Amino acid sequence: MSEINVKDKEISVPGETLATGMDILPGIGTYRNGEKIVANRLGLAMIEGRTIKLIPLSGRYIPKTGDTIICKVIDVGFNGWRLDTNSAYSAMLSMKDATSEFIARGANLTQYYDLGDYIVCKIVNVTSQKLIDVTMKGPGLRKLKGGRVIDVNTNKVPRIIGKQGSMVMMIKEAAKCNISVGQNGLIWIYGEPMDELLAIQTIRKIEKESHMSGLTEKIKEYLEENRRKN
Amino acid sequence: MTYKQRIDGRGFDEARPIEAKVGVIKRADGSAMFKIGNTWAYAAVYGPRNLHPKFLQDPQKGILRCNYNMMPFSSSGERVRPGGSRRSKEISMVTEKALLPVLDLEEYPNSVVDVFIELPQTEAGSRCAGICAASMALADAGLNMKDLVCAVSVGRVADKLLVDLDYSEESYPNAPVADIPIAMMPNSGKITLLQMDGEVKKEELMKLLEMGKKVLTDIYEIQKNALKEKYHEVEE
Repeated sequence: MSEINVKDKEISVPGETLATGMDILPGIGTYRNGEKIVANRLGLAMIEGRTIKLIPLSGRYIPKTGDTIICKVIDVGFNGWRLDTNSAYSAMLSMKDATSEFIARGANLTQYYDLGDYIVCKIVNVTSQKLIDVTMKGPGLRKLKGGRVIDVNTNKVPRIIGKQGSMVMMIKEAAKCNISVGQNGLIWIYGEPMDELLAIQTIRKIEKESHMSGLTEKIKEYLEENRRKN
Repeated sequence: MTYKQRIDGRGFDEARPIEAKVGVIKRADGSAMFKIGNTWAYAAVYGPRNLHPKFLQDPQKGILRCNYNMMPFSSSGERVRPGGSRRSKEISMVTEKALLPVLDLEEYPNSVVDVFIELPQTEAGSRCAGICAASMALADAGLNMKDLVCAVSVGRVADKLLVDLDYSEESYPNAPVADIPIAMMPNSGKITLLQMDGEVKKEELMKLLEMGKKVLTDIYEIQKNALKEKYHEVEE
């Protein structure tokens, strides 16, 4: 008969048998080997009814259509910009996706986005060969001026954002910083130097303790304790 | 002279004391340490990342690139000349081939996963320690893997069959010696590396593989626990 070998939210390593039996289904991060369902990567096992899936805990960013990411301009070409996406692949921002302004033929594109600039953009397409197209047309998509960019574990981004952005909102208010979180694990922080520091420390704390229950409460306390009194 | 007892007093089918830890190098995407006796291996995994030179890129899948390196004063003999050698190149290649069967890099076309294995000190069995460390580091890097890989060396000194030879046994002067490193996928029992230095009979080889498999199951448990331990900290 079917039998599940792991507890809910237990850490599983590649090759570990999670369950046996044909009436249990393999979810993301697992595969079927005969009767067995085996872990395909390191992750947190989640049992959802009859399926078992693995939530990844580590790993680089894999570009996905629809993600809002923070990128660095690494090259400027004739008709667009090449961007570093903090993954194995670079993205292309074409001229027509960059701005609704008229750009004359042969114009110097660096006056819009120069080398080394950070921008918030959205992935519109990812091909099978991982060619990435991004756009700047959409709410909140812009060039980032000033501030600093830090990188975090991509898999922790949902916890940093929180439910409907609750966590990041809390940090923004307490640390009096402007914060933009990219799905690719890059976070832009802008504020007074001491405030930026608090925001960074808080984000690092979330990254470290992201698996604890009652994280929001804990972070709230931490921010209360450490916020600048004025 | 006959070989009656192992020099460090272990049983013939016993490995040296093993220690493993995951996440030892913070800047790497995945990292691990594996110590077996006085052989220490550190592995760091970077990637999947952009691959250059471009002609190495494979549009069908990502490639794995291993680099095995013994540090200059790591061995008991002469100083190892820093940089690559014929030997390190060979070991890098066999490590790559031992790890590839478990890895699934189809999701990362045109990219590379770099594995750097550093050995601060060695006393035989370094390629096996390197493979053990690398497989844990790859899992830590969150790559798709069917299984882990564990490795150990087995062999023969005089007429005795042994597991996990140390340097004094590997270079035993008064009798014929055979040294056979093996790597295995523990869950399927498939072998991904089998090399041989010296001579053994077919029956002896079969016996050695059985002995090796037993130790490899123990190594697998150690690897598994090390991986779980790293993430356990954050779970509590």
